[in-house]
Amino acid sequence: MNLSLKDFYQGFRDPQTIKALALQIEQAAQQLDATPETPLKIMEVCGGHTHTIMKYGLGQILPNNIEFIHGPGCPVCIMPKERIDHAIVLAKMDNTILLTLGDMIRVPGSKSSLAKTRAAGADIRALYTPLDAIKIAQENPDKQVIFFAIGFETTTPMTAAVIKQAIALKLNNLFFHINHVLVPPAVVAIMQDDRCQIDALIGPSHVSVVSGAKIYLPLAEQFQVPIVVSGFEPVDVMQSILKIIQQVVAKKHQVEIQYSRAVSLEGNITAQQLIATYLEPRSHFRWRGLGDIPLSGLGLKAAYTALDAEKVFADQLSNEPIDDHKLCICGDILRGLAKPKDCKVFGRGCDPTRPLGSCMVSSEGACHAYYKYAEVALPSSSQSVDGS
Amino acid sequence: MKRVELSHGGGGAETQQLIQSLFYQAFGNEILLKSEDAALLQVEGQIAFTTDSFTVSPLFFQGGNIGNLAIAGTVNDLAMMAAEPLYLSCAFIIEEGLPWVELESIVLSMAEELKKCGAKVVCGDTKVVPKGAVDQLFINTSGIGRVVCDAILTPSAHQLKQGDAIIVSGDIGRHGAVILSAREGMDLQSDIVSDCQVLWPMIKALIDTGVECHALRDATRGGLSALLNEWAATSQVSIEVQEDQIPIDSAVQGLCELLGFDALDFANEGSFVLSVPADQAELALGVLHRFPPCQKATQIGSVKGFQTGQVILQTPWGSQRRLELPKGELLPRIC
Repeated sequence: MNLSLKDFYQGFRDPQTIKALALQIEQAAQQLDATPETPLKIMEVCGGHTHTIMKYGLGQILPNNIEFIHGPGCPVCIMPKERIDHAIVLAKMDNTILLTLGDMIRVPGSKSSLAKTRAAGADIRALYTPLDAIKIAQENPDKQVIFFAIGFETTTPMTAAVIKQAIALKLNNLFFHINHVLVPPAVVAIMQDDRCQIDALIGPSHVSVVSGAKIYLPLAEQFQVPIVVSGFEPVDVMQSILKIIQQVVAKKHQVEIQYSRAVSLEGNITAQQLIATYLEPRSHFRWRGLGDIPLSGLGLKAAYTALDAEKVFADQLSNEPIDDHKLCICGDILRGLAKPKDCKVFGRGCDPTRPLGSCMVSSEGACHAYYKYAEVALPSSSQSVDGS
Repeated sequence: MKRVELSHGGGGAETQQLIQSLFYQAFGNEILLKSEDAALLQVEGQIAFTTDSFTVSPLFFQGGNIGNLAIAGTVNDLAMMAAEPLYLSCAFIIEEGLPWVELESIVLSMAEELKKCGAKVVCGDTKVVPKGAVDQLFINTSGIGRVVCDAILTPSAHQLKQGDAIIVSGDIGRHGAVILSAREGMDLQSDIVSDCQVLWPMIKALIDTGVECHALRDATRGGLSALLNEWAATSQVSIEVQEDQIPIDSAVQGLCELLGFDALDFANEGSFVLSVPADQAELALGVLHRFPPCQKATQIGSVKGFQTGQVILQTPWGSQRRLELPKGELLPRIC
């Protein structure tokens, strides 16, 4: 069989399948108690799903008694300013190369961003794969190379693999600033909020490829909500919504795997062991917009202090919390209590080029997705979506 | 290995040798060979004038090099104003140490590209700067062309009309995808070839056939997204695009899938977009399909009157969204 890349996505964007699922969802949703005034609130935990829903305009083909709450699953968005400041301080040190991933480059800290720091002369590089950190450290033996590692469970195994290699190769110039965070504690923090009104969850498939669908079993039980682990193509998301409605109608609260082409209950045990060898949960981690959440972030184990940039360069780094602009309502958006359009500064003082808060900074943040893929304002509507 | 040295830009014997053995050989024409301080030109009628600088890295990529690009880029800017490209200036800023064979190969590519459109390089300049002052080689070309349409028919971003058909001349995003995969650190192999090419022959054929191009533009930096948004804003119209009609090479789409990019934001160096009256869409497509690089030319949308300034993408399952201008540096997604 000759498989090409498009075989991995084409069928999952098939218009007929999407239309058929929309019809099935509409029929199933008629059996819900939910109304347009009191809709069924589904939180898509991951920014990737927010992106899919907005990019493919799925909200427009779904019944109006279903509402999406855009969750905290964007690793760039939830990074508090004081930790971005860490990256900037580290990058400015003499003889240093700072490495990180994608969007992190443009996110503003308290005063500057890595992009501006790079423009001012610092050597800051966006990696396409974390394993390049090894090559860069080997090619620059006279420099200290610091990997500012970010991401949820999805990207953590790659960081662990780099740590393993760095140790095996006895590299003494490669350091790690670990900012890996975990999905379940953040979801628990949101669900435990008294104001929380979330009826069901869509879980990100890539997280569960690593950690398994099992990480949601305690959540489904504790909060009595259906949880579907979903792929990121429009057909995946539509099918997951259908599964959620069917569970709600049947008064079930189970963990289901929609993305069965790669997710198992147990996940990738080898990757989990690799992570557990080098990293362990911190007592707490501060999330931008959500605040301190216990056991929600990972750090290097004490045995690897010599590689830990937070320890090695501790005298340079401040851990004083720095809050977002007081007009920013990202915390409420992440809890499902407000929508981006409810924010006074959305599209006015705050846009992707000048983000004030966490949800606008990365392409996977809720505000960024609303801004980028804004629905078309029809002539009859009183206000256009960009707030103008 | 012979390399370009600082002395080649010093104005003395070495400079003369570089100019005569390379530039005069490749570009030689009566006006250039007069070696005056400025070229004297005779042109009648309305003139189009444009300039562009080329700093692409790497210098060589699949489907071309900085030289092809420096000619095609400027010639295409003229062509998009319905101007027959006539005379170009060409300035090289060379980092010392550039391998001679690379410069030679680039200059010969430029000569090849000029042949395809009939334009001439009539003046130039060479600077050689110390290591680190530029990245290997920067080229600036400026060009003038003779506008072959009446003023009222000259294509303009201001002239999109409600009901116009929006046509793309070929698949989009290839040049951007090639440069991205060739970038240092990407280590990606693909058979994507840049669409870099001079477009005057196609534009001339459209004009000669009587196609009334309300607007014409090559979708360079910012890609199709930026172009359509600029048109919608400038002409105060909306542009409705059928997402599934936009031709995208499967390898380009694959790269986008891998890294989280959108081919609509990628640069093109050969694909262009036309806005023509709806009843001329078939005629325009017939002309374009005669050219091998335009086999995939197709209508992707049309110009509407409501919601002015917006570009609206229609999905095949009945939803719609706005196509935004690309913002910021293109960075791969994290997960």
